[in-house]
Amino acid sequence: MQFYDEPIEFEPQPGVSAPVWHGRAASGGQLWNFTTAVFRADGRLAALWGSDERQRRGGFRLHVVFGLDMGHAWVSLDLPADHPVYPDLAGIFPAANRMQRAAYDMVGIASDGPDQRPWLRHGAWPADWYPLRHDTRHEAGVGVGFPNLPSDYDFVKVGGDGAHEIPVGPIHAGIIEPGHFRFSVVGEKVLRLEQRMGYLHKGVEKLFIGADIAAGARLVGRISGDSTCAYAWAYAGAVEAACSATPPPRALGLRALMVERERVANHLGDLGALGNDAALAFGLTQFMRLKEDWLRLNARLFGHRFMMDCIVPGGVAIDLDAQALDAVVEQCYALAPEVKALRTLYDEHAGLQDRFLTTGIISADLARELSLTGMAARATGVLLDGRAYRQGYTPPPPYAALGVRPATDDRGDVAARAAVRFDEIAESLRLIRELAVALPAGATRIEPAPVAGASGLGVVEGWRGEVLVGLSFDAAGKLARVHPHDPSWQTWPAVEHAVLNDIVPDFPLINKSFNLSYSGVDL
Amino acid sequence: MIPLLKRILRTGILTEPPPAPQPAAEIERLHDEILAILGRALTIREVDAGSCNGCELEIHALNNPYYNIEGRGIKFVASPRHADMLLVTGPVTKNMENALRIAYDCTPDPKLVVAAGDCACSGGVFGESYASCGRVDNVIAVDLTIPGCPPTPLALMQGILAAVRR
Ligand code: SF4
Repeated sequence: MQFYDEPIEFEPQPGVSAPVWHGRAASGGQLWNFTTAVFRADGRLAALWGSDERQRRGGFRLHVVFGLDMGHAWVSLDLPADHPVYPDLAGIFPAANRMQRAAYDMVGIASDGPDQRPWLRHGAWPADWYPLRHDTRHEAGVGVGFPNLPSDYDFVKVGGDGAHEIPVGPIHAGIIEPGHFRFSVVGEKVLRLEQRMGYLHKGVEKLFIGADIAAGARLVGRISGDSTCAYAWAYAGAVEAACSATPPPRALGLRALMVERERVANHLGDLGALGNDAALAFGLTQFMRLKEDWLRLNARLFGHRFMMDCIVPGGVAIDLDAQALDAVVEQCYALAPEVKALRTLYDEHAGLQDRFLTTGIISADLARELSLTGMAARATGVLLDGRAYRQGYTPPPPYAALGVRPATDDRGDVAARAAVRFDEIAESLRLIRELAVALPAGATRIEPAPVAGASGLGVVEGWRGEVLVGLSFDAAGKLARVHPHDPSWQTWPAVEHAVLNDIVPDFPLINKSFNLSYSGVDL
Repeated sequence: MIPLLKRILRTGILTEPPPAPQPAAEIERLHDEILAILGRALTIREVDAGSCNGCELEIHALNNPYYNIEGRGIKFVASPRHADMLLVTGPVTKNMENALRIAYDCTPDPKLVVAAGDCACSGGVFGESYASCGRVDNVIAVDLTIPGCPPTPLALMQGILAAVRR
């Protein structure tokens, strides 16, 4: 089939994962035209990465995933080995900028755009060495001894009377992940923020190469610890699609139950931290108490406070008996009124609202322009949730049967993001209850057998937004390439916009209202 | 204000006794020792040198009312210059190697370094590579390791107390 009358032919991906179509662009021009058509149809850029296919196909490959109304379109474009260059898509979707630069750092395929600054490469490896290439120069183990050279980064300078820069990071003042923020300010007012990331780049994608399915699952669960369930499910979905394996219904129910528990845990933690950043320590204490209770039940029922390694390709590695399911339901009933009471307190606290309202605004137009997904998009009024029905889109099981009501708020500020989180906790508690009560009986796991040369894409609505994992197997049935994609790729640039015209002391609050991942984008 | 106070009263004090395997008397002795060594309190600078953020979530939990580590005189500070201890997580990425060394050099002597989490202890699933220096001890001298992926808040608390005792 075709989309938007563009000549690229698409095949639907088999399986029960979120709807995905695979297609091949015959030329860079075809890809560019298709990208434009997606943009015109209000679609978005979901992910972009490269792979070295020289041994199999004689060249490199660019992978671009688009979010369309009906699901995801995964377009690949073959690039010649001697000149792997493709048309710059950042002029259509600005979100492509950092992904394209990362694809160059990792695989050595380049866009023909103007911004060729490195993104993930600082000074740890030479500019003509590409970690994800497959040849003797790039074998595993090569590179351990490279000298770690200091590196400079070309920040955009802001001139004018009284303008100056405030550099922050990589190590931040709190207990948070490292990254660098360069503020250009006049007085207290922020004129510009530019982020520099890559500090947490630990070579995850290279570790996937040649790994088996189980080793890949352990690794994918450690890309971003706060989203371990979402990643594990996206990876499992990709493996299952590639292997044409269908996990049992009970496993799907348990996966959703875990991902919803992960969503609640993170929203609880962030709502507390938001209170704290606005000088209401009471909020932190209360929400941290609720979160701790929640995590303790995780430890009791799943054997791990964050449910790491519980979702595996083929199904789940745990099971809940009737008693455990009762405990889950009971906890939802206990938590709901507590959160509701705290919401009233937050809503009525003048000092808190003064800090939240009109701070860190993103408009719905900007959210669309930057291809935002998840909570950040919904807090601008963009009704996009992979768990919910929309025109032309059927959510994957078990969500299809649950009638998920996505939360939205069109104010776009910190208050909106807090409100969406409150609403999402309430909805997730309902979903968890329904999942627990109606959990199908039966097996919890099958063993998917790798299919040589096959590929798959998994998509999961995590608590931040859309988590994607694209992968392919090699001829021996080992993982040839795995690309995990965090929604923070798209949302980080939105933070650069959100702080404009706010004051520097509001930055921690704005940043926390998104709570984006560093590890998930640095890989 | 009144509903807020009511809720505080209703919540009461949740702080639990210090980590289980240590007898209460031992904890008392530890506290005395901490005070004797460090004056009134212990200050910690946390450094994420490559973590997946899982370890950070549990370090955050130390401040929740159940563990209430600040109530025991142990405080997380914003600058290594104010710190007695560096609590380091993650395999040390090459891109963080320099920043970690600077933080170490900025921490006044005598200082303690605790490596928290499997990654910090051994490199974990990430190991050593073109992008990762592996365990923390490969970059700065470590006094004590706390295994776990991530270590539970209880394990973290025991580790921190044990490090101070050395
Ligand atoms: S030890 Fe586990 S939780 Fe901690 S950083 Fe490593 S992978 Fe993440």
